[in-house]
Amino acid sequence: MAAQTPLLEIQDLELEYKAYGGALKVLDGVDLRIHPGEKVGLVGETGCGKTSTMKAVLRVLPVPPARIRGGSIRFNGQDVLGMSQRALRQVRGRGIAMIFQDPTAALNPVFTIGEQLGAVIRSQSDGRLSRRQVRAAAVEALREVALADPARLLEAYPIQLSGGMRQRVCIAMALATKPELLIADEPGTALDVTIQDQVLRLLHNLVEERNTSVILISHSLGIVRQLTDRVYVMYAGSIVESAPTRRLFAHPGHPYTQRLMEVVPRLSGGGIAPGIPGRIPNYLDPPTGCRFHPRCPHAMAICRRYKPPAYTLEEGHQVACFLYDETHRDQASTAPAQ
Amino acid sequence: MEPILEYKDLKKHFVIGYQDLRRRRPITVKAVDGISLAIHEGETVGLVGESGSGKSTVAYTTVGMYAPTAGRIEYRGQSVFQDGRRPKRLQKEIQIVFQDPGSSLNPRHTVKQILELPLRIHRPEVDNRLEEMARILEMVELPLDYLYKHPRALSGGERQMVAVARALAADPSVILLDEPTSALDVSVQGKVINLLLRLQREFDLSYLFITHDLSLMRNVSQRVAIMYLGKICEIAPTRAFFETPRHPYTQMLLSAIPVISEEEEKLKPEKIVPTGEIPSPVNIPPGCSFHLRCPYRMDVCAQVDPEMQAIAPGHFVRCHLYPEALDSPNGGDHTP
Repeated sequence: MAAQTPLLEIQDLELEYKAYGGALKVLDGVDLRIHPGEKVGLVGETGCGKTSTMKAVLRVLPVPPARIRGGSIRFNGQDVLGMSQRALRQVRGRGIAMIFQDPTAALNPVFTIGEQLGAVIRSQSDGRLSRRQVRAAAVEALREVALADPARLLEAYPIQLSGGMRQRVCIAMALATKPELLIADEPGTALDVTIQDQVLRLLHNLVEERNTSVILISHSLGIVRQLTDRVYVMYAGSIVESAPTRRLFAHPGHPYTQRLMEVVPRLSGGGIAPGIPGRIPNYLDPPTGCRFHPRCPHAMAICRRYKPPAYTLEEGHQVACFLYDETHRDQASTAPAQ
Repeated sequence: MEPILEYKDLKKHFVIGYQDLRRRRPITVKAVDGISLAIHEGETVGLVGESGSGKSTVAYTTVGMYAPTAGRIEYRGQSVFQDGRRPKRLQKEIQIVFQDPGSSLNPRHTVKQILELPLRIHRPEVDNRLEEMARILEMVELPLDYLYKHPRALSGGERQMVAVARALAADPSVILLDEPTSALDVSVQGKVINLLLRLQREFDLSYLFITHDLSLMRNVSQRVAIMYLGKICEIAPTRAFFETPRHPYTQMLLSAIPVISEEEEKLKPEKIVPTGEIPSPVNIPPGCSFHLRCPYRMDVCAQVDPEMQAIAPGHFVRCHLYPEALDSPNGGDHTP
């Protein structure tokens, strides 16, 4: 893996929003890397910066109030942050496509599915396709997401479809441009569990077939475990841990990851853990040092003063926590592995 | 033991329009279509189902937001509706906590005003209301100065605690919890759930816990009932529900849950892969409403709606796959 050039590389990304009373320091040095064909999960609680990070990648943040304070984003080696609008159009769609949490909000209610899907296909064909070819491509795109009677569906408005069908349409739109990277932001959250299961399985098969790279943003550890090769755990604007999916679920290293796994209700029973005390910090005045220290059961003096670097526990498993410095290793191993 | 709250063939149909305006043939949604369920004192009964299954309608009907179309709701043997109205005494005993505390608490009221109303209406005998409110806030582990805050100044978890406090202020014996934690982060959910369980032990409360989260249900309820398109498919003690689910819909739902450990993976019935969509409640399929999605469907399923029957003590299933009901009259609890 190390020798390969990553498809997307985010380094030390810092982002703030100007707000009443100061600046909200939302991203505090995010590092993230995706290789071609890799499926990566990004997990964390509401407000930890998952969506802000992805909006920065697509350059769809409102500037101002948003401001990138530092760091870099490279897609296929190109600097995304310094890109011209024209170059950006190439990246959006053909390079990176996105699926949103709420398919109802993602589709325009006053245009038919055919018009919306057709617009996406046409915009990426540089005007080379005839109307008939666009229509044929749209029908094909709907067929691929297992929607019945695609020809008739092209004439339908979003309101005429169920939630599950709408999300399938969104997947068809995102994949119609054959992107190299697909960002899926909570793709199943708005759906019922039996529908979610079908949609996610479909998504999984489609990206496997095409070898598309995926960033799956989710607060559901279960979904991430099912669909990804690698997981990044985010807390209050930085990545606190990253590891291959199996490894992370078997040996969570960061105290935050450990707590997060404890509080998920288990199908096997055993009661509900009391939750993580405290709350996500106020970004106007975030804690110094490690932003998790006020909620951390193992917090030490150094955690209040310095931001921990990423320590490597084993090949590919990084944890940003001072417990993994050699001087504290013993304490880390006694930390309750969940 | 006499149940504290019992639903007897409860139906709630909504007329949403007319097919033929001249003849006024109504189009109805059968949101709740004949459910029977009992909740015993101190018990938590889970009511699960996907959206549109009618689980919230059951709760809303219980607290009088809707009048039942047919059937009865009984509190300790007496009908909750008397002459179409609920006596204040019964309103006090049955309280509700809604899903989204952002919209269920009046944004222009302080926590004090929110808690004072149920006290004034249901417990006029309390002389020192301020002291009582302080006690209630203490019960939900919120500091006293929160009395003077507005809901928007609180976090989502704290707001939900206020909603619980408002329910407790009436000193009820039954609380209907309608997805009380699904608007909250999982790290906050644990705190709210543990608080609810502690309050239940301390005050001997009975809960009807409505949720779509089966993993959560596994950990909080003693019995679980599962709804599909307005009807209950299966009722069982929690352990049996998760270890030996009988209804194909229960099995499908369980096999669709994303889990986080191998141990849980083993508990999932592997055989059923979720297919199809939930039909529109306006147009419920004939026979068993699940037959279009059921991998085990037989000819009879498209024609005859199965009856609920006991297959083990306390374990009820409404499915043609189980024709052998538990017959002996002394075989255990025979009412759902």
